[in-house]
Amino acid sequence: MNILWLQSAGCGGCTMSLLCAEGPGVFDLLRDAGLRFLWHPALSEHSGGEVRDILHAVEQGNVPLDILCVEGSILTGPRGTGKFQMLSGTGRSMLDWVQSLAPLATHVVAVGTCATYGGITSAGGNPAGAIGLQYDGHQPGGALPATFRARSGLPVINVAGCPTHPDWVTETLLLIAAGEIDAASLDALGRPLFYAENLVHHACPKNEFYEYKASAEKPGQMGCMMEHLGCVGTQAAGDCNIRGWNGGSSCTRAGYACINCTAPEFEEPHHPFTQTPKFAGIPVGLPSDMPKAWFMALASLSKAATPQRLAKNAVADRIEVTPTIRESKK
Amino acid sequence: MTARSLVVGPFNRVEGDLEIRLEVEDGRVAAAFANAPLFRGFETMMLGKAPMDALTITPRICGICSISQSAAAAAALGAAAGQPQAAQGALATAIMHGVENLCDHLTHFNLFFCADFARPAYGGRDWHDRAVARFTAMEGSAVRACVEARAQILHIVGLLGGKWPHTLAIQPGGVTRAPTMRDRIRMTSTLSSFRRYLEDTLFGAPVEAFAELESAAALTTWETGDAGLFMQIAADLDLGRMGYGPGRYLSFGAYPLAQGRAFAAGLWENAMTRPVDTAEIREDLSHAWMHGDTTHPADGQTFPDEDMQDPAYSWCKAPRLAGQTIETGAFARQVVDGHPAAIDLATSGTTVLARVAGRLLEVARTQLLLESWVAALKPEERFMAEVSLPADGAGEGLVEAARGALGHWIRIEGGKIAGYQIVAPTTWNFSPRDATGTPGPVEAALVGAPVLPGEDTPLSVQHIVRSFDPCMVCTVH
Repeated sequence: MNILWLQSAGCGGCTMSLLCAEGPGVFDLLRDAGLRFLWHPALSEHSGGEVRDILHAVEQGNVPLDILCVEGSILTGPRGTGKFQMLSGTGRSMLDWVQSLAPLATHVVAVGTCATYGGITSAGGNPAGAIGLQYDGHQPGGALPATFRARSGLPVINVAGCPTHPDWVTETLLLIAAGEIDAASLDALGRPLFYAENLVHHACPKNEFYEYKASAEKPGQMGCMMEHLGCVGTQAAGDCNIRGWNGGSSCTRAGYACINCTAPEFEEPHHPFTQTPKFAGIPVGLPSDMPKAWFMALASLSKAATPQRLAKNAVADRIEVTPTIRESKK
Repeated sequence: MTARSLVVGPFNRVEGDLEIRLEVEDGRVAAAFANAPLFRGFETMMLGKAPMDALTITPRICGICSISQSAAAAAALGAAAGQPQAAQGALATAIMHGVENLCDHLTHFNLFFCADFARPAYGGRDWHDRAVARFTAMEGSAVRACVEARAQILHIVGLLGGKWPHTLAIQPGGVTRAPTMRDRIRMTSTLSSFRRYLEDTLFGAPVEAFAELESAAALTTWETGDAGLFMQIAADLDLGRMGYGPGRYLSFGAYPLAQGRAFAAGLWENAMTRPVDTAEIREDLSHAWMHGDTTHPADGQTFPDEDMQDPAYSWCKAPRLAGQTIETGAFARQVVDGHPAAIDLATSGTTVLARVAGRLLEVARTQLLLESWVAALKPEERFMAEVSLPADGAGEGLVEAARGALGHWIRIEGGKIAGYQIVAPTTWNFSPRDATGTPGPVEAALVGAPVLPGEDTPLSVQHIVRSFDPCMVCTVH
């Protein structure tokens, strides 16, 4: 199968992250699955006139397009023209190109939260009019209408993440190549369930702190970051702490908050990213599927039961108190 | 005289969007116009937000210079607070930043730049078969080895920063995770493995032997490894006399540590280095699709001209230092730092060859720095200092990204961001003309480049443009 990859209005970081795929590296991984790039803006030899020829051949139907990957949000500004991003050398906006090419593709994959929902490019009043391929934030319908279906019959496959984990992208492409992606493989926001059915909270190393509501108060401290430091890992889709990033790490493993970067509108939390909003001193926002009354009851109970070890370690920058070793039963 | 006009794009294997318009006369480029055709508006997004939000938002300007943007934002916030990072936090930041810069140089060399030597147009040259085997896009053995080695050394950023790109670990006070003895020993092993990759493939010799080259001649006649293959190609294609830069080199100084910056700051011109005075920076908007006057970035604003009116032709502003264009990047950094081979090369002008050679020198030197920094990590010390930001204040954050001098200027009023301006390395190198009509550095470097009959995307232009390793997403942001 061939892949045409376009970089629309984003940072290129999802491609950079893709290059971090390991065991084997991304080029061997895709080639072994019979996937090859028709063109990729950062990786292919072809440049300039050669690329225009490829794009026109696809547009005119002379080259069948198996997978269209779009990385970056689609700009509609200024004033609906899309001219804040012109695809260089073509005199046409990226908005125009994407709308023209997507219906020709068997599969359309949005790579990263910019391409899926608008993402960081739509933050702060959205100066460039950034939207996603098939969503504008939470709202269905983006550069492509909510009713859009690729030739496969599937909507846009939304590999959200800022950046995306390299495996989320490669495994989505491998599953497509194997014919093993269908509507049931995606969640309600179009994200592949193989990673979106988990929460970032799962396998977070701060879980014991969470259980006892032993909270970090300042950046760099070891405790749970939900109560004070803006962490929403208990609500965020992603297998970050199960799978691990760059050799097995993750945001929370490195001591900073999960900001739910796989979700629509993560870029505008309506409070500072690393501060938990509170109402009357009580944090706003509940773990997924947790009834509020029970959460409050359990939190106050577990807070009262916090072992000294956790209370001390939570506000330290390293483990100061190690778990007690039980004496052997004689 | 024969004259024609060419528009080169989509210009790939540069980070982000670039379009180059060329006026060609008698088989040579007579004038070039660099257009950054993507505007997102990060500087305006930041207004009204909490100052610390800059640490989440600005890395996402760029997926390849992400840590550079983090470090600049943290430095600007720290300057506003008047407090430095904890000494060991600064060291951990330097380690992450050094790894990113090292990876960026290798990505550029193996994936972005050398792929052009595998083109059929160079068939028949005595090095072409080797170039095809090593550098063919996505398939060459050097390309695949680079990607594997790069993924592995980024485990260091994983350990210290959680993930790459877009870590939030780098803060004004230091880093959010205090590494342990175990982390340090793992990083030592990762660096040993990376050294083996460099010595087996890139240099074909000890890293020190390359880092300590003392003359331009020794550097450009290097024979072993892929660096040697590049030097052979560069000599054959005369890349040492192609794509001249302005001869003024700017570095803000790389890796601010408690004992000073590891690579020196300065402005080098005519064999003299003088201190950089950032008060001399102005951003000229005469040929950018931007409203407003020429200002210092601390007073700058970003109002895009939605009508995209002439004579402007790019979203990129045109920064000038004391009214002049400057070149920034790895070569500039090595010249300013006084590396003898870089200075020797600079005396005959910066060219395609010099820019690539500068990056290779820096790869070797950065490996050595990283080894010394990891050895100097003291897990028992503090990695984060407490920093309290003022409700009103301003700060300047200066770092060196892989591609050169990066500055952030923040103004805080009433606890919110009231001004945020960014001048990135490629903003300098790929700036459009200014009010005096002076072209930006890449525009000037392209003049005289040969355009062969029938070429619509001239190879010489591709070599010159890519030699700067442009990052267009940082450029306009």
